[in-house]
Amino acid sequence: MAQRIDAKDLNIYYGSFLAVSDVTMSIDPQSVTALIGPSGCGKSTFLRSLNRMHEVIPGARVEGTVAMDGVDLYGADVDPVAVRRQVGMVFQRPNPFPTMSIAENVLAGVRLNNKRISKGDAQDLVEQSLRHANLWNEVKDRLAKPGSGLSGGQQQRLCIARAIAVKPQVLLMDEPCSALDPISTLAIEDLIAQLKSEYTIVIVTHNMQQAARVSDRTGFFNLAGVGQPGRLVEIDATSTIFSSPTQQATEDYISGRFG
Amino acid sequence: MASPTTATTPPAAPARVARTRTKPTDRGLDRAFRYLSVGSGVLILAVLAAVAIFLVLEGLPALTDSELADKVQWIPEGGTLWSLVGPLIFGTVLAALVSLAIAVPVAVGIALFISHYAPRRLASALGYLVDLLAAIPSVVFGLWGVLVLAPRLQPVWQFLADYLGWIPLFEGDAHGNASNPPRVLMTTAVVLAVMILPIITAVSREVFLQVPRLHEEAALALGATRWELVRMAVLPFGRSGVISAAMLGLGRALGETMAVLMILSPGLLYSFQLLVASQQQTIAANIAAKFNDADDIGRSTLIATGLALFVITMLVNMAARWIVARRKDFSGAN
Repeated sequence: MAQRIDAKDLNIYYGSFLAVSDVTMSIDPQSVTALIGPSGCGKSTFLRSLNRMHEVIPGARVEGTVAMDGVDLYGADVDPVAVRRQVGMVFQRPNPFPTMSIAENVLAGVRLNNKRISKGDAQDLVEQSLRHANLWNEVKDRLAKPGSGLSGGQQQRLCIARAIAVKPQVLLMDEPCSALDPISTLAIEDLIAQLKSEYTIVIVTHNMQQAARVSDRTGFFNLAGVGQPGRLVEIDATSTIFSSPTQQATEDYISGRFG
Repeated sequence: MASPTTATTPPAAPARVARTRTKPTDRGLDRAFRYLSVGSGVLILAVLAAVAIFLVLEGLPALTDSELADKVQWIPEGGTLWSLVGPLIFGTVLAALVSLAIAVPVAVGIALFISHYAPRRLASALGYLVDLLAAIPSVVFGLWGVLVLAPRLQPVWQFLADYLGWIPLFEGDAHGNASNPPRVLMTTAVVLAVMILPIITAVSREVFLQVPRLHEEAALALGATRWELVRMAVLPFGRSGVISAAMLGLGRALGETMAVLMILSPGLLYSFQLLVASQQQTIAANIAAKFNDADDIGRSTLIATGLALFVITMLVNMAARWIVARRKDFSGAN
């Protein structure tokens, strides 16, 4: 069920502004790919182009192709809504629906795809998804309580449970730990390691240690200057990027000389 | 390193200077602001209490008079004050509820269109037009209702009476017809609905625009279409706001006088027939219609009906609060 992603010659625009230029990248199934780089380098924009979420902003468009198992996500007959049902996303700040209970939050995406789900199946799916997100033991006694009553780290794991409940091919994470404390961050990182066996995971992070801990491959984005488009400097096995990068900019960034 | 030490443990003399220089003005402004806000709050209570006291005192002669029906000609023969107030309350609430039933779906639709569907320029123009609707005086709405709307609605009401007459609300008269001219509660409710539309739309629109982007993106990232986004994130978040908006509208509909007076042919029956004339009357319109010709006890009777309207409005608002508070945990405010 995990699938590979191939981005080829991808240019991403907001109106006439070229935000990300000429990215070619292959993402292996059942692996964790981390995207690092300084603020404004386009790593989040690139991530959001993988499930067409950047199109929410008026005027956003892309050139080039993003293929998931060979099918171009930007093909003429591809519905962005269908793409997003295949590619789950977890955001920087936890965003469970405040008007829904914990159980309803987990089922939110399922109810979009498949309105008729029997009560028993729904309960099983809630338990299974929450177990996968390492949250079941903490919330099993209060599934009917609002999701907004949980701690930040629990809310983020609830969002992960919600994303994986629809069994996506790919899971995108946009700085999922940046609003969390170290303990919650550890819980999410453990979870990423477990989920890797079933999903293709792409994670944007500002935390280089985190990239080193969780990812198999790391891509470094950079921009030449303010107002210049961001681009992919290099992507390689994480151990290679952090020990012997081929580009000077990468070495400068990971050794803390800028960014 | 020098500046933090002086800030935390300053020498005595400069500190006193600083205190005498800054604190009096700060204190004074702070105190003035507190008095202003507390005063405003108290003023509201005082006005409310004054109105309530006025209504009770002036209505007292009618409330305590046991032979009221003999003195006030428009109370039915052998009846009590309640035989007047009861049907009036019934008519008032019925008219307001029917207008609300018409206005709320339309207002929520307009508000959603403005906040989530329309291109930005069209949205602001439309929002402006809706606000403009609120600026039209009610007497103009009344004239429009009687002269323009009523004749055009009559065939529609006839259609309803012909085909949906088995529903008590749309039942026709003895011959199965809707009244012509249609000076009926349904016409009144349509005009009232137009009048309360702006406030409900404006409040709902503001609430829908407040939906956090995070929640909208959460829905979109799960693969929600625009409508599913609205159903999943926008409407639940805006629910309490829409209820508040509807209650504001209901308050206006309950108290509206001029338009009802001009359109509705009055009656004092407990009747659900919306398409037949001379069935119901509202409290406010009844007061306006009778007040000039009333003697002392008559005026007291009318003021007693006004007290009933006051109480209804309070009850409606309390009910709205209760509805909003019931699902507070899920409101998104936490």
